[in-house]
Amino acid sequence: MKFLVCISNVPDTTTKITFTPDNKELNKAGVQFVINPWDEYALTRAIELKEKLGGNVTVLNVGEADTEPNIRKALAIGADDAIRVNAKPTDAFFVAQQIAAAAKEGGYDIILMGKESIDYNGFQVHGMVGELLGIPTVAPAIKLDVEGNTATLEREIEGGKEIVEVATPFVVSCQEPMCEPRIPNMRGIMTARTKPLKVVEPTGEAARTQVTAFALPPKKQGVKLIPAESAGDLIKLLRNEAKVI
Amino acid sequence: MSVLVVVECDNGEVKKSSLEVASYGSQVAQMLGTTATAVAVGEATEANLATLGEQGISKVLHDNDSRLKDFVNGAYTKLIAAAAQQESAQIIVLANSNIGAAVGSRLSVRLQASLATNVVELPKMDGGQFVVKRGAFSGKAFSDVILSGERKIIAVKKNSMEPLHNAGQTATVEQFSAQLTDADFADAPKQVIMQEQAGGILLPEADKVVSGGRGMKGPENWNLIEDLAKALGAATACSKPVSDVDWRPHHEHVGQTGITVSPNLYIACGISGAIQHLAGVNSSKVIVVINKDPEAPFFKAADYGIVGDVFDVLPKLTQAVKELN
Repeated sequence: MKFLVCISNVPDTTTKITFTPDNKELNKAGVQFVINPWDEYALTRAIELKEKLGGNVTVLNVGEADTEPNIRKALAIGADDAIRVNAKPTDAFFVAQQIAAAAKEGGYDIILMGKESIDYNGFQVHGMVGELLGIPTVAPAIKLDVEGNTATLEREIEGGKEIVEVATPFVVSCQEPMCEPRIPNMRGIMTARTKPLKVVEPTGEAARTQVTAFALPPKKQGVKLIPAESAGDLIKLLRNEAKVI
Repeated sequence: MSVLVVVECDNGEVKKSSLEVASYGSQVAQMLGTTATAVAVGEATEANLATLGEQGISKVLHDNDSRLKDFVNGAYTKLIAAAAQQESAQIIVLANSNIGAAVGSRLSVRLQASLATNVVELPKMDGGQFVVKRGAFSGKAFSDVILSGERKIIAVKKNSMEPLHNAGQTATVEQFSAQLTDADFADAPKQVIMQEQAGGILLPEADKVVSGGRGMKGPENWNLIEDLAKALGAATACSKPVSDVDWRPHHEHVGQTGITVSPNLYIACGISGAIQHLAGVNSSKVIVVINKDPEAPFFKAADYGIVGDVFDVLPKLTQAVKELN
């Protein structure tokens, strides 16, 4: 079975987000970039399934050369080979076209990715790739099992879940608690250095959306403290002052 | 040219997030000098769909194919695409829900439309450009985004619009058929399992949330959270460490890698306020923090705070709510 796992390169979850003075880009100074946490579920589950069923796990990233350390990290965790599409990931549609092109060429059975990236929070790429390839998408999935060429998935819906069966090929976007994301071990780190990493140039149409400015949320006025002894007063304030209950 | 709004229904009722979406769509239609039509998905009744007139919708398209009761990506996408063609819709508005995201992303490719998800405000026309504001960096920031092309799809973040209530206005409900075939239902779910919700309030739709962290000391103490939530009519939630150790289910995990919520009231009990948790809640209108540690970072992001023991404070709050009612 051939797995394609799409990863994006995002600021670490502990990052305090700031922007360049013109507010057009993230201020990358001092920011550590990691594999998008949701993509780690996709990567680990693909590796687990490969170990069970046999096959090959390819990771794909759309990014410039500075994303290679995280691609190597994915190889160290257990992917077999990698593709880097040499371009800035300008928007979801642009990225989806790159993934679809690679998927067509490689003939993958299952295309996995995280639910969304923690920087753009698009939650779009999975559906776009499915539509571009004319195959089903299951998003967001919390469970994925494969037998023969049929997969059984649990898909999260508001207030519950659905059990879905699909035949390969299909696209799945993953989230917790699908698996326990793995971290690289020493042997993995050593072997990752020599695993193949192919760099390809982008294809398809330009982005359809463009970010013109970023902004931080407005700052809070400061906390109003209520003594614990008169905790009940809080409820009065929530009704009469904040008017939320 | 028109605006098409996708309304999700459940057990015959229009979901609250879809009332917001309908209100958003009708206001965009007004800006563009056109009308807003809705297309219903899920289990809907004509009587409830007609009330979408209160949110400024003039017409509702309803396909009463019973197979549309549960979400099926292929069928929903085809239905909405057909409605968009019939209405010559240039703007499609849907909820930033699991359904909205799944359908919106496929539609954007099929209809060659630009797409923005997680949108928090009405669009602006800026020098001939169509600009929307959306949440980015998991609640830590916003971005202004230009949507290009003839067609645009907007997924509106829950609780970011006040629903309109034009009393007495009704929408006409029209039967609509997208000529769906069995092939469109190939990815239909085999089974749908709903969770048991404390007090029946769904976390992603809730306008009040009571949330617990490690300070609650164990799952056996969650009755304190549930009692306050029940008294307030709130949903319950938790921090990541709590769901990681299985004190509470994963679908209650609020934060950067869980659910992002934006209720009117978020009450955090025994949660220190790690940056990843704050990202998931900081668009809440009013934040209350209860923690025995006065140095807990959450107090810096709060509107109201009580420095005290949750085991002492929570019963007092529940009592005070009951007295108020």
